[in-house]
Amino acid sequence: MWSMIVLFGAPNAMPKWWWWCFVGLASLVGLIIPSFTGWDVHLDLSIIFIFGMLALSMGFLWGFGGMLSFGQTAFFGLGGYTYAVWGLNFEETTFAMTLAVALPMVVALVLGYFMIYGRISAIYFTVITLVVTIVLEKAIRATSDERFVIGDVWLRGQNGISTVPDLQIPWDPGETFFVTGVYYVAFILMVLSYVGLRLLLTTPFGRVLVGIRENERRSALLGYDARRYKLMAFVLAGGLAGLSGGMYGVWGNFVAPEMMNLNSAASVVIYVIVGGKATLIGPLVGTGIVQVLTAWLGTAGVGQVNLILGLVMIAFVMIFPQGVLPSIGLAILYCLRRVRGAARGGKRPAFAPTDTALRREE
Amino acid sequence: MTEAVVYLYQIGFSIGIFILVSLGLAIIFGMMRVINLAQGEFIMLGAYICLFTTQAGVNFWVAALIAGLGVGVFGIIVERVLIQFLYGRIMDTLLATWGLSLFMVGLVTTVFGPQEAGVEAQLGKVWVGDYSIPEYNLVLIAIAFLLLILTFCLWRFTRAGLIVRGTMQNPGMAAALGVNTRLCYMLTFGFGSALTGFAGAIIAPIIGNQPTMGSFYIAKAFITVISGGHLPLVGTLYASGLFGATDGIVSYFYTQVLGEIAVLLAAILLLRLLPQGITGYFRRGL
Repeated sequence: MWSMIVLFGAPNAMPKWWWWCFVGLASLVGLIIPSFTGWDVHLDLSIIFIFGMLALSMGFLWGFGGMLSFGQTAFFGLGGYTYAVWGLNFEETTFAMTLAVALPMVVALVLGYFMIYGRISAIYFTVITLVVTIVLEKAIRATSDERFVIGDVWLRGQNGISTVPDLQIPWDPGETFFVTGVYYVAFILMVLSYVGLRLLLTTPFGRVLVGIRENERRSALLGYDARRYKLMAFVLAGGLAGLSGGMYGVWGNFVAPEMMNLNSAASVVIYVIVGGKATLIGPLVGTGIVQVLTAWLGTAGVGQVNLILGLVMIAFVMIFPQGVLPSIGLAILYCLRRVRGAARGGKRPAFAPTDTALRREE
Repeated sequence: MTEAVVYLYQIGFSIGIFILVSLGLAIIFGMMRVINLAQGEFIMLGAYICLFTTQAGVNFWVAALIAGLGVGVFGIIVERVLIQFLYGRIMDTLLATWGLSLFMVGLVTTVFGPQEAGVEAQLGKVWVGDYSIPEYNLVLIAIAFLLLILTFCLWRFTRAGLIVRGTMQNPGMAAALGVNTRLCYMLTFGFGSALTGFAGAIIAPIIGNQPTMGSFYIAKAFITVISGGHLPLVGTLYASGLFGATDGIVSYFYTQVLGEIAVLLAAILLLRLLPQGITGYFRRGL
């Protein structure tokens, strides 16, 4: 994280000109890719963007709010099911997608109220959100009986709903987005949420949130209601996870309890720690790396992808706790300093302090 | 009258399961502050060791002890390879053990396949009026309470227990007084794992073994230990009593899933009212 600040400026500062260039260039590349590639590539990339939003919601909450929430997976599943149930009942999807964002936000508000206003410690927060996810998955799994119907939609327990409707074009409900359309929607939503969160961090809200992460008691003594800020961040991240879940439903026309089981919760954590939780771009890059890796492992004939993912997770926690991007940043910084030091003919500068030295005890 | 006995049995059984699955975690998380998300997989490992030793013709009770020992040794290996670098970094213990959990599920699925394989049911049934109750379940309740009492006595009345408690409270001071704290941490983790493995073996005859069986118990165990608060054993007893009763009653009248949801809601409400857990206001104890 320290390396990222030195190289790219503090995440709370207004982004510099090259950041806008980077976003513009990336958007341009993202928007012209479909012209050169086939549907299979569009499908593979869309799912990276969709999971990227999910990882972004966790990375934002964890890296900048100091709250590690496994509830993101629960909100993801909730968003997917909300979209499916509303869309199938009313054959209308624009409002269904809105609801897929709104309902997880309401659930996050209630759940977050009990946890954050109960002032439970960070560890308990993490474990409770994990337990909520596990129990929600079990509850959905238990709905295989035909009695479990919302409106006209049978929830089908562990088989999942495989008739999730396509996303209608909001201004032309007769038409739906197809593969390439879904690609564009997913990409644009991801870029918007990334830019939105990045700019949000520069506002007073974002600065207070980071202040609370650094020292909750001190921020409270300065007059900020830490619990309110944390709850707001939790609700916001819940909505983003819900949006991602709704898009997942659109992407595969399928929602299932697997969306919120322990394995998918683990994959999101892996995306975030591989990319680096101290940045917003980290979770997106991590999602890309891990998705490509798992796809490759799947085709390479490794029977159990979990086996490899488990090892990757252990390796990152033990060896690169900062994630890939900040570690690369650290390496670049080290080289830069050496080059400059040699040019001045002075002593070799000391190695830059690492995060572990600066990081507070969690 | 018979109805009342059956209710009591349901509640007792449910409490017994809660105690069994959370006792190991009470030591590993409650005392050592290591969030072991692979706890469910330790249970799974115990059940599998029990399965293979009974299939090899060993008596079930001996097999359960072997399972406990085996998982204890496995726990010590895990502590040496992984956990010893992570003391004090509590979030990292969570992530690393989660990786371990994925790895173990993957490994067991690859080696033994994803299908279910059960340990044979033990003992017979007793009849209460028109209801039949498996004798084994009654023994299970007894074992759960016995394990809790034995662990309590071990910590409270023996010199080894005193050293362990002292080390967990203040490792620096314990080391200054000549205690080998590294060894102490290692053995305590091994003891917690052994309890977990033994619990897995005891549970094996009532449910089928499968690689993902750990996820059935992980939520129960964590809810219990967290709600228990800062006194691991007493807290586990009270929390198991509370949640076991809730779960027993709700699952008896409705379904198991509703029972689990009821437990979760009870836990969230409890933590809102008592953020420090049930034993938060207890000054001392174990």
